[in-house]
Amino acid sequence: MTSGVLLTGAGGWLFAVLAVLALASAVAVVVARNPVHSALFLLLSFVLVAAIFILQQAEFVGAVQMLVYAGGIMVLFLFVVMLVNPGVVAVGKAFQTQFDVALVLLPIFLLPFLYILGTEKLPDVAAKPDALRMVGDRIAGNTEAVSWVLFRDYLVPFEVASVFLLVAMIGAVVLGRRSLEKMD
Amino acid sequence: MTITLNHYMIVSFLLFAIGFMGVLVRRNFLTILMSVELMLNAVNLNLIAFSRRLSDLTGQVFSIFVITIAAGEAAIGLALTISFFRQRRTLDVEEANTMRG
Repeated sequence: MTSGVLLTGAGGWLFAVLAVLALASAVAVVVARNPVHSALFLLLSFVLVAAIFILQQAEFVGAVQMLVYAGGIMVLFLFVVMLVNPGVVAVGKAFQTQFDVALVLLPIFLLPFLYILGTEKLPDVAAKPDALRMVGDRIAGNTEAVSWVLFRDYLVPFEVASVFLLVAMIGAVVLGRRSLEKMD
Repeated sequence: MTITLNHYMIVSFLLFAIGFMGVLVRRNFLTILMSVELMLNAVNLNLIAFSRRLSDLTGQVFSIFVITIAAGEAAIGLALTISFFRQRRTLDVEEANTMRG
């Protein structure tokens, strides 16, 4: 069991409130019958998780989460909800008959998780309050520190990610073309 | 209130489990995609918490990569949604049974 304390006092309570709200809105995403409601609850969940990121000194990742998820992906989702008629979507049962599969699979995932939670042994790292803001020996901002790690140690994965985005873009354009319909 | 890494892991697991249940239980293609996004978000939460616990920025960099993958996955998934809707006039995944033996 780890002894590393991440938050205390008011920050801890803030985390608890944010986490409970994020989990509640996640449940609402899954339960809501109208896809528009699902998308809006998903947006709420993303914003709350971004706030939790910022509580953990990941300011840059929190901002990226807001821009990419809450800005980009949510607009895409709402755009598609507009394109496909929600009235058509709402017809029929919302849930399929796989509850039994889900109830069998959940303990299969839960047991290893509880095992990990009970036996984890992380190295005892000396508490460095500014470790996520350091560039070399200098205290900079979180964004600068992340960019140093990203562009020095992970430059090749970064370039591969850009190729991946190009592939995704071309794939989305090809899949979305109307002429696919005429082909078959 | 004192928050340790374990609290973060529990919240992340619950978020992942909710997304997983969503994928298994829902019939709406769009809601299934949203549940996948929830699962990716849960993974990010874990990465950030471990990054803080170990005082190592690698976790934050990896969560940026995960966000990149999530953006690409959403674009492809929504393109698939649109072409599926054009073919079937519905978003019910139970209708996708052409290859059923």
